[in-house]
Amino acid sequence: MLTGKWLDIGPTTQIQPGSARTLPVAGGDEIAVFHTMRGEFYALVNKCPHKAGPLSEGIVHGDTVSCPLHNWRISLRTGEAQGDDKGCTPTIPMKVDAGRMFLLREAVIGPVAQNGVAA
Amino acid sequence: MNADTGFAAASALKERLVVIGNGMAGCRAVEEVLARDPERYAITIFGSEPRVNYNRIMLSPVLAGEKTFDEIVINGPEWYADNAITLVSGDPVTAIDTAARTVTSASGRVEPYDRLLLATGSDPFIIPVPGHDLPGVVTFRDLDDVDKMLAAAESGGHAVVIGGGLLGLEAAHGLSLRGMSVSVVHLMPTLMERQLDEAAGWLLRQELERRGQTILTGANTKAILEADGCVAGVELEDGTRIKADIVVMAVGIRPATALAKAAGLAVERGIMVDDHMVTSDPAVLAVGECVQHRGACYGLVAPLWDMCRSLAAYLTDAPQGYEGSVTSTKLKVSGIDLFSAGDFSGGEGAEDIVLRDAARGVYKRVVLRDNKVVGAVLYGDTADGSWYFDLLKKGEDVSPIREALIFGQAFAQGGGALADPNAAVAALPDDAEICGCNGVSKGQVVGCINAGAHSLDAVRSTCKASASCGSCTGLVERLLAVTLGAEVESGPKPMCKCTSFTHDDVRRNIVEKGLRAMPQVMQELHWTTPEGCSSCRPALNFYLLCAWPGEYEDDQKSRFVNERLHANIQKDGTYSVVPRMWGGLTNPRELRAIADVVEKYDAPMVKVTGGQRLDIFGIKKEDLPAVWADLNAAGMVSGHAYGKSLRTVKTCVGSEWCRFGTQDSTGLGVKIERMTWGSWMPHKFKIAVSGCPRNCAEATIKDFGVVCVDSGYELHIGGNGGIHVRATDLLTKVATEEEAMEMCAAFIQLYREDAHYLERTAPWVERKGVDWVRAQLLDDPEAVGKLARRFSYSQKFSQDDPWAARVAGERRDLHAHLAQVRPLYLETV
Repeated sequence: MLTGKWLDIGPTTQIQPGSARTLPVAGGDEIAVFHTMRGEFYALVNKCPHKAGPLSEGIVHGDTVSCPLHNWRISLRTGEAQGDDKGCTPTIPMKVDAGRMFLLREAVIGPVAQNGVAA
Repeated sequence: MNADTGFAAASALKERLVVIGNGMAGCRAVEEVLARDPERYAITIFGSEPRVNYNRIMLSPVLAGEKTFDEIVINGPEWYADNAITLVSGDPVTAIDTAARTVTSASGRVEPYDRLLLATGSDPFIIPVPGHDLPGVVTFRDLDDVDKMLAAAESGGHAVVIGGGLLGLEAAHGLSLRGMSVSVVHLMPTLMERQLDEAAGWLLRQELERRGQTILTGANTKAILEADGCVAGVELEDGTRIKADIVVMAVGIRPATALAKAAGLAVERGIMVDDHMVTSDPAVLAVGECVQHRGACYGLVAPLWDMCRSLAAYLTDAPQGYEGSVTSTKLKVSGIDLFSAGDFSGGEGAEDIVLRDAARGVYKRVVLRDNKVVGAVLYGDTADGSWYFDLLKKGEDVSPIREALIFGQAFAQGGGALADPNAAVAALPDDAEICGCNGVSKGQVVGCINAGAHSLDAVRSTCKASASCGSCTGLVERLLAVTLGAEVESGPKPMCKCTSFTHDDVRRNIVEKGLRAMPQVMQELHWTTPEGCSSCRPALNFYLLCAWPGEYEDDQKSRFVNERLHANIQKDGTYSVVPRMWGGLTNPRELRAIADVVEKYDAPMVKVTGGQRLDIFGIKKEDLPAVWADLNAAGMVSGHAYGKSLRTVKTCVGSEWCRFGTQDSTGLGVKIERMTWGSWMPHKFKIAVSGCPRNCAEATIKDFGVVCVDSGYELHIGGNGGIHVRATDLLTKVATEEEAMEMCAAFIQLYREDAHYLERTAPWVERKGVDWVRAQLLDDPEAVGKLARRFSYSQKFSQDDPWAARVAGERRDLHAHLAQVRPLYLETV
């Protein structure tokens, strides 16, 4: 679990379609991992660009999530706020292979943290 | 059976091409090579199945009894003979020596090659649950599998198909036609979720259920059960057991790469190939389902043909290169028309055009990006599938025909005038029927518009067009536009951007048409989006819950966070917890439990709420079940301070203590709260009971307020202390507690059944008029009793403490983190 380019975060069955679960990162931003009704998986920093609301708790529709605090709609693909709202939440590249989910390690803990500079 | 058609000797001077795999890809590749240069290669084909080359995708019709094996043979023995191909069937290759350029078969035969082609296809994926290797568990891959299924079907009985994808559903269909009772177990919530969206998947499911199949979605197989050494059933994760005489595993396929991997070729998910289908060894090529090209593996037949052409071009020194395929899918189940192509997952800049025709059971969705078709899902009418697919592959700009695109090729290309839907409506003859429910023709609608009906509402109230089911609303609106130009008066506001129906229309249709599921509402009422939005989903969930108590299954995905986590989210992402205190009464045991929770979970704040409860702040979502467990242990249940539901019944001390009190207001408040808690409503609902007209419980700014007087109880409705303060209207006065409670239940039920989602009682009463509310409750002496009984029936299904269920372990996934990440550098600190 601690080596390689991809970080294995377990089987896809842990996240019900149409919902999200959270992945706290020590020394970094919590990540929300989404499973859409269409069977796709996305990972984003769990913070709305508006007032940092936990996107993981929003209603998922299509490939957007509505933030639970003030109903901003955020694209799960790009992290961009939709409609008239402006702002962007960082996304974390992820892949699904043989029923397991993987996050791009360097995006999870950040290049600075990897060098051991920040904490 | 071993067969060797042996022509190798005759062609010693030619380059030797050895093909591993006698399936569709291997043989098509050979055909393509022969078509380009019949003399170039001496060809040997190894096949593991003891038979000639047949059309694997036609196994479904063989299973269904619509075709025989002979009818699906692509190349019979004469083809091998005519083309001097050596076929080694029933003797699979077991090893490749890339250095010596030879292959070795199971029987020990060693065959040298100049060029080797791997067309090993794919293997069915077997989920490794207990019992997966029992006799009676089969896959659906080759003719042997079909024979096993046919043998099982001969004695009838029960079949369970694991996997609700293309292959699984075709197997289920075949077995069902062969007389078995079939259950399909599918892990995902939507059948064929890789090809279909939720809306089309739901239509498909309805049709299969109508045909007698049992469809279980969101169903995770836990084990295959055994009796007498054979398969006897399937057990699901939730404990459900299904009887089975045969189990078909059709959960997916995996590229067959073992041989390539053992030979040292580069393999990821599939055998890695370049644009000419060459593997990491220049003398070895690969084609078909076993390969991975530019990151993609394919399981459909059309890409195979594309690959074979590129491969043959390369092998005959006229390389053209393969650039990947766009795929489309049709389900081969007779009587079900279904088509899917491209990317229909939406996304940035993607626009959906949706057409639903409930009467014909049609759902069409075309996805555009940058004015180009990027995907399509069609159900019920697939006539235009190939046209959309063609537009998709060509990547043409469709903006000139965009308005008419969804109506299909004939309409969109029917020439200038018809491509504009307004013009198309204008071109209809006067006797064309517009409204089927009320039998209204175009002439009548136009006549009524010309007579002064200048809005949708006016048309509906005069000639009745679109006044019933509403599915012709769009046509009537176009007629208004065509007849009046810009003078159309805008109609009532639709529920959200997904529909042209108003909240009232939707509620009425749910009840009148007996719509019982969210995808059904969306289909019948022509939703223009595939799965609704965060505005209509919660509303529909409530409307269905209200219309079909005990029957409709609450959809947690359509609930706002507070109602999903049974607590109130705060700006920092933590939650506040309010235990119920009936009528605002509490005792030392409850107070101790609350105090203990505050200390144990380090809650930074406790506050008395406006509704006389205690609110514990700063609880993390993962701690909620433990907090609730502690509160449950002291006898407290959820206070629903988070819900579109009864919040609190606020009381004053009343005649028990107060020198002015006229009745037992606390006692009545507790009784009312016991009666009404847990009920889901259009919006939050607050009640108060004051013991005298001094009104210390502020009952006249509540949704329902009781003010006790000497002679009985004044009942007030529609008050609000929020942004727009509104004092209540007096509904009526009653003499007894029982009457007060019955009226309270009836009023709540009227509100539940009539108001729009997220409409408090104050604006609702103003919209409908207090006289209307009075008339509903007071004109008919039986009305109150009927409404109250409906309320009490629905309460049977809503008065379980949601906290207790979570404490017992329900939906742990909503509270627990997936995992924790601790970077290496932190672990060493």
